[in-house]
Amino acid sequence: MLGLVAPVAHAADISGAGSTFAFPIFSKWADLYKKETGNGLNYQSIGSGAGIKQIQAKTVTFGATDAPMTADELKKAGLVQWPMVMGGIVPVVNLDGIKPGELVLDGTVLANIFLGTIKKWDDAAIKKLNPSLTLPSTAITVVRRADGSGTTFNFTDYLSKVSNNWKADVGAGASVEWPVGVGAKGNDGVAGNVGQTKNAIGYVEYAYAKQNKMTHVNLVNKAGKTVSPTIAAFQSAAASADWANSPGYYQILTDQAGEQSWPITAATFILMQATPKDAEATAEAIKFFTWAFKSGDKSAEELDYIPMPDSVVGLIEKTWATQLKLK
Amino acid sequence: MGSPKTNPYYAGRKRINLLAMGLCYGATLFGLTWLVMILGTLVSNGLPGLSLDLLTQNTPPPNSTGGGLANAIVGSLMLTAIGVGIGAPIGLLAGTYMAEYGRHSKLTSVIRFINDILLSAPSIIIGLFVYGAVVVPMGGFSGIAGALALAVIVIPVVVRTTEDMLLLVPNPLREAASALGLPRSLVIRRVAYRAAKAGLVTGVLLAVARVSGETAPLLFTVLNNQFWSLDLTGSIANLPVTINNFVNNPDPNWKKLAWSGALLITFAVLSLNIAARVLGSSRNEK
Amino acid sequence: MASSGLAKTETPIDNNGSLERARVLRSMRLGDVLFESLTRTAAISVLLLLGGIIISLFIGAWPAIKTYGFDFLTTQRWAPSLKPQPILGALGPIYGTLVSSLLAMVIAVPVGLGISIFLTELCPHVLRRPISIAIELLAGIPSIIYGMWGFFVLGPFLAEHFQPAVIDFFADVPVLNVIFAGPASNLSLFNAALILAIMVLPFITAISRDVFATVPVVLKEAAYGAGCTTWEVVWNVVIPYTRVGVIGGVMLGLGRALGETMAVAFVIGNAFKIKASLFAPATTISAAIASEFAESDGLHQSSLILLGLLLFVLTFMVLTAARIMLMRLERNQGK
Repeated sequence: MLGLVAPVAHAADISGAGSTFAFPIFSKWADLYKKETGNGLNYQSIGSGAGIKQIQAKTVTFGATDAPMTADELKKAGLVQWPMVMGGIVPVVNLDGIKPGELVLDGTVLANIFLGTIKKWDDAAIKKLNPSLTLPSTAITVVRRADGSGTTFNFTDYLSKVSNNWKADVGAGASVEWPVGVGAKGNDGVAGNVGQTKNAIGYVEYAYAKQNKMTHVNLVNKAGKTVSPTIAAFQSAAASADWANSPGYYQILTDQAGEQSWPITAATFILMQATPKDAEATAEAIKFFTWAFKSGDKSAEELDYIPMPDSVVGLIEKTWATQLKLK
Repeated sequence: MGSPKTNPYYAGRKRINLLAMGLCYGATLFGLTWLVMILGTLVSNGLPGLSLDLLTQNTPPPNSTGGGLANAIVGSLMLTAIGVGIGAPIGLLAGTYMAEYGRHSKLTSVIRFINDILLSAPSIIIGLFVYGAVVVPMGGFSGIAGALALAVIVIPVVVRTTEDMLLLVPNPLREAASALGLPRSLVIRRVAYRAAKAGLVTGVLLAVARVSGETAPLLFTVLNNQFWSLDLTGSIANLPVTINNFVNNPDPNWKKLAWSGALLITFAVLSLNIAARVLGSSRNEK
Repeated sequence: MASSGLAKTETPIDNNGSLERARVLRSMRLGDVLFESLTRTAAISVLLLLGGIIISLFIGAWPAIKTYGFDFLTTQRWAPSLKPQPILGALGPIYGTLVSSLLAMVIAVPVGLGISIFLTELCPHVLRRPISIAIELLAGIPSIIYGMWGFFVLGPFLAEHFQPAVIDFFADVPVLNVIFAGPASNLSLFNAALILAIMVLPFITAISRDVFATVPVVLKEAAYGAGCTTWEVVWNVVIPYTRVGVIGGVMLGLGRALGETMAVAFVIGNAFKIKASLFAPATTISAAIASEFAESDGLHQSSLILLGLLLFVLTFMVLTAARIMLMRLERNQGK
């Protein structure tokens, strides 16, 4: 029997799990990395909540989450955290005759849609923001996440900042008590669901909307300007992040100031055990991340993710040296 | 009372009969329509993706082209083979005890009852059980845990069919063998097993068909792997979980692969079911 | 019996190779004992397996039992991320499981019986076998395929054509317009119930067909002879005669419906709040576990395991009732 079990998998296969937000870019990087070095990355896109659990249970080499852990939580769990890449979360809709970027919503209206107080597409509040569009008189089907999600964490954090009703009734979190809507698994589940369901609205990481040619929505940001989800908009939001002075690199990038800023921008964080169970696999994983920081910028930007600025990468590499015990 | 044609009561009863029979035709049509629709969807979505690549290429990353399901197919074959390899012998031996040594004992009736409970237990509960019993102590997901979960599903199926088939073997055969001097275990192995062989094989085939399509027990025992791996102490790729992941993703290439994989599984399961039936009925015709 | 008699032969009776024979028989005896203990161990392992499952579930569920107690069954709120302690209640999943399964049976039982009546009374003999096999193929299709088909084909079809029609139809009827209220949804309790009905249908048909065939022909002929129509024979003779078996089959189907996971998870919508309308999204115990287990830990995970334990107990009770009824039927038939 043991003969059957002879490992064909490369000895340096790294395992990771978590954020579906970052799955498109991790996949792309893993593919390129394997072509360059022959080492594979087995990344299970199961959601930030599950990713945190897996790394705490030491069943994977690293976890990925868009809902960062606070410095206290990190210390208690014995984990090291750093940001890997940033991106934007966009609302997507499935409406006949509406093209990507045509529909405009603001934070209050978005919150009310997800609260269930705005029930139909031709509601006065939506019409006010979109005077030139003909909206159907149909019910809005809300699609949200059923699993513990960093994407949800950032989305609900934004809604809490822009809507007092949302903050009071629902609040922010990786998994909240949604007042309405159907639950889908993962960013891909939400994307698939919205694509299948007429008159639906959901929220996904921008790469999912772009790759699947979905109809994204433009938002009104903190400065009162209507913005599209572009790299420039994400970068503008990310510019004000103070990485150097945040313990555990804890930064939330939603509702940032700036004329061009995209209101729902977020970073994906990597979690690793400070004293890893498998030091060799961890060292291999660090090699992958070093490679990604050095050579992964172009492929990230192709998918409209923002790579971490070089200054932050320097800080992160110092964190590895001081906090990860690889002996 | 008058002839049926003139009796008003009879006319009413005839109408009710016509209505009821019409509903029965309708019910059958209802059932068959769903079958045709489901298989139709499966074939029309899965057939375009069938190619040699499906069997030779590994699962691709999202939003790319090409790729196949080779690692998932091999992984599933391994899990099924080991699951059945562990579960079928246990089931066979247990069924043998119930039909031969313990045929009239109280223990056997209790076991039969428990076995029927296990037979219809929700497979997700079995996944939870193996998670607690194997995954947590082992510290991670593994093919072994998945195979064990499948074995737990296989055992009741094989126990049931083994006992039923062995009970059908006429006793005079056993008595004749004993009279010739064969010890009990050889009476069972050489005579009863041989007589019930077709039925026993049917039972194993049904068990294989049953576990081939199971997804829930694999969800938290094996997880999945996007690369080629034969290492059972870690996660290996498998068809049901791969299909589950792919089909929920809007990537059209992944969706195509998911449907093709679904077609493969359904085809395998239905063929096994039909083979088991044919085998079972050929035994009847002897 | 054979082994005990032969084992007493220790010494050769005469010199015609019986020493050889005794030696062989002695080794066979060892094999005998080994084989018997092997089979007994395997049989007992079936018991241990069930015991293991129950114990394992109980251990996993204990933290939740200790924290929530009976309130778990009456709380609707499901908030796993609440600090300092999650508030979790099983009412939503339990409601979904019970309603979807019962609705599935309401659809599947008449249809299943209708098909069995068709197969036993109305169908031309040539077609009997093929149609039976066709219906049984429905049982063989893996549940994830039902889920996929339900999500991509049935859901949109029901949401665009069936549900709006029903919503409009009952719009003015007092109670029904709440049960069948809009908005129409691709993913809903009703969709899940319909798919469950299709999955359970073959079980009811197969068992009913088998028990219908056991009705003595004499009884039916007597009824026909008295002038009964086919329907009257079925309703007044066949079904009462076989009712225990049919109910047993129905309960087996119910057991299957209660535990079904993948097909339901795809089409039910994962909403823990109980809504009055059947066309609203909901969740069942197994769909909730499948959806949330991978990322759960601590009290959340324990609550999911407790849900699993509740489901197991529920299916256990239903299956026990079915078994008892089927055993009574077998006893009546003189087995």
